[in-house]
Amino acid sequence: MIKRNTSLGSNKILPSEITPHSTYLNRRELLRASAAATAVIAFPAQAATLPTQRRAKLKGVIESPLSTSATANSYDAITNYNNFYEFGTGKADPAKNAQDFQTRPWSLSITGEAEQIGTFNLEDFINPHVLEERIYRLRCVEAWSMVVPWVGIPLADVLKRYKPTSNAKYVGFETLNDPEQMPGQRRRILQWPYLEGLTMAEAMHPLTILAVGLYGELLPNQNGAPLRLVVPWKYGFKSIKSIVGIDFSSTQPKTSWNISAPREYGFYANVNPEVNHPRWSQARERPIGEGSFASKVDTLPFNGYADQVADLYNGLNLRRNF
Amino acid sequence: MLQILNAGGVVGLRQLPIVAVRRVVKPIVFFICLIPLLIAVARIFGLFENYIGGLGINPIESLMDHLGQWGLRFILIALTVTPLQKLMRIPWFGQFRRILGLFAFTYILSHFLVYLLLDQGLALKYIVEDVLERQFITLGMISLILLTAMAATSTNTMRRRLKGNWQRIHYGAYIVAILGVWHYWWQVKKDITEPAIYAFVVFLLLGSRIAFKLSQKK
Repeated sequence: MIKRNTSLGSNKILPSEITPHSTYLNRRELLRASAAATAVIAFPAQAATLPTQRRAKLKGVIESPLSTSATANSYDAITNYNNFYEFGTGKADPAKNAQDFQTRPWSLSITGEAEQIGTFNLEDFINPHVLEERIYRLRCVEAWSMVVPWVGIPLADVLKRYKPTSNAKYVGFETLNDPEQMPGQRRRILQWPYLEGLTMAEAMHPLTILAVGLYGELLPNQNGAPLRLVVPWKYGFKSIKSIVGIDFSSTQPKTSWNISAPREYGFYANVNPEVNHPRWSQARERPIGEGSFASKVDTLPFNGYADQVADLYNGLNLRRNF
Repeated sequence: MLQILNAGGVVGLRQLPIVAVRRVVKPIVFFICLIPLLIAVARIFGLFENYIGGLGINPIESLMDHLGQWGLRFILIALTVTPLQKLMRIPWFGQFRRILGLFAFTYILSHFLVYLLLDQGLALKYIVEDVLERQFITLGMISLILLTAMAATSTNTMRRRLKGNWQRIHYGAYIVAILGVWHYWWQVKKDITEPAIYAFVVFLLLGSRIAFKLSQKK
């Protein structure tokens, strides 16, 4: 607001000079509308603005042809039955123990073989992108499965902004390490922080996303808020949660489950009904939410995404590289 | 030690008439043993959910876990009877081994039936593969066979008929305790806290018997 000198030479602002709140809001709305109009002309959809309140609706989410037509599991099932060992090893523990988890402010560090390295705000990281709904099948290494309507952004689009160099052959990810907030980290069930990794080709694949939402709402804490990876053709444990670090590297990054039991969990961890877990079968899976009398169903190679991703592994022995 | 036990009304328990044991204590024990099974049935029908909880998001897994855990607990409870009987010198304690053992068998059989009918949907191909190739399931099957043999020979008639062999068959309880914990340990993905607690109890129960045997030799 511009201060105007009155004839009295007073510095006081007259009540008549103050813009009424309603006019102010109208003006803002007009500005926003014209900005949105420009955006619609310039881009197919609006760039994201992440809200902060729990269960806030995400705006400007577009549909994706990469979504499955299968019926998604209920919000209740997805948010009350999952693994997130940082909040306990029971399936109901994350929902119980992650309620007070603070996900704002949140920053991520980009390190390694890229031109734009540094620490970035979550908002700066996400906001330039358009949010997409991706309804994906999820297959847990424990032989149960769900269908989850994630909201996120293609990982490839994000990674490109940081300009990985030609030395970048892999991407490593790291979860927050904060035993104060994450009670599961007070016991060394796994080596903390949780680490995961992908090859550059896997990371750049259009199916791979960074999720910030679920069912059109802000991602709940127990499902990996504020930012998690989703790689639908791999066992669930590859889809690392509450990410604070992304590292471009020339060598294969270490991954938590592989460190903990190399015979049982490989680096690739592609869903594969032909390669059993040493202690249990991976040939079939139990779809969650189908009722107590529903039978198990056959697990599909690459969790049903073989048409899109099998090419990534040409010439690779998947039995050895499990 | 014994004085403390005596002060706690143990003398009175020791002198409890046989009729009272049979007519009062036995039905009470029977009903208590039935409670986890009643809870399982109530959960299947979604009854009293506010008090006993439901089967949750993955009902079959939850049901198998409940029945398996109680089966294992009853095996361990049955194995505490003899050390407790010796320690407290209450002669009628011993007869509860049979009812506890039969309940252990009931729970493990139910656990197996849920696996067979609900989890596997009677898909024989996968069941045979499981029993032969998944070591923890192999252990579970061996335990079930031993428990079945013990349950089938649990009557007084069978005990008389089998003479010395009866004891040999029923030493199976120790094997079942070890295999049961092992079965649980092997199917846990990573957090072995609970199976480790069971393993410690088995260690105490078997250890106390060995200690007792050694002390008698002196």
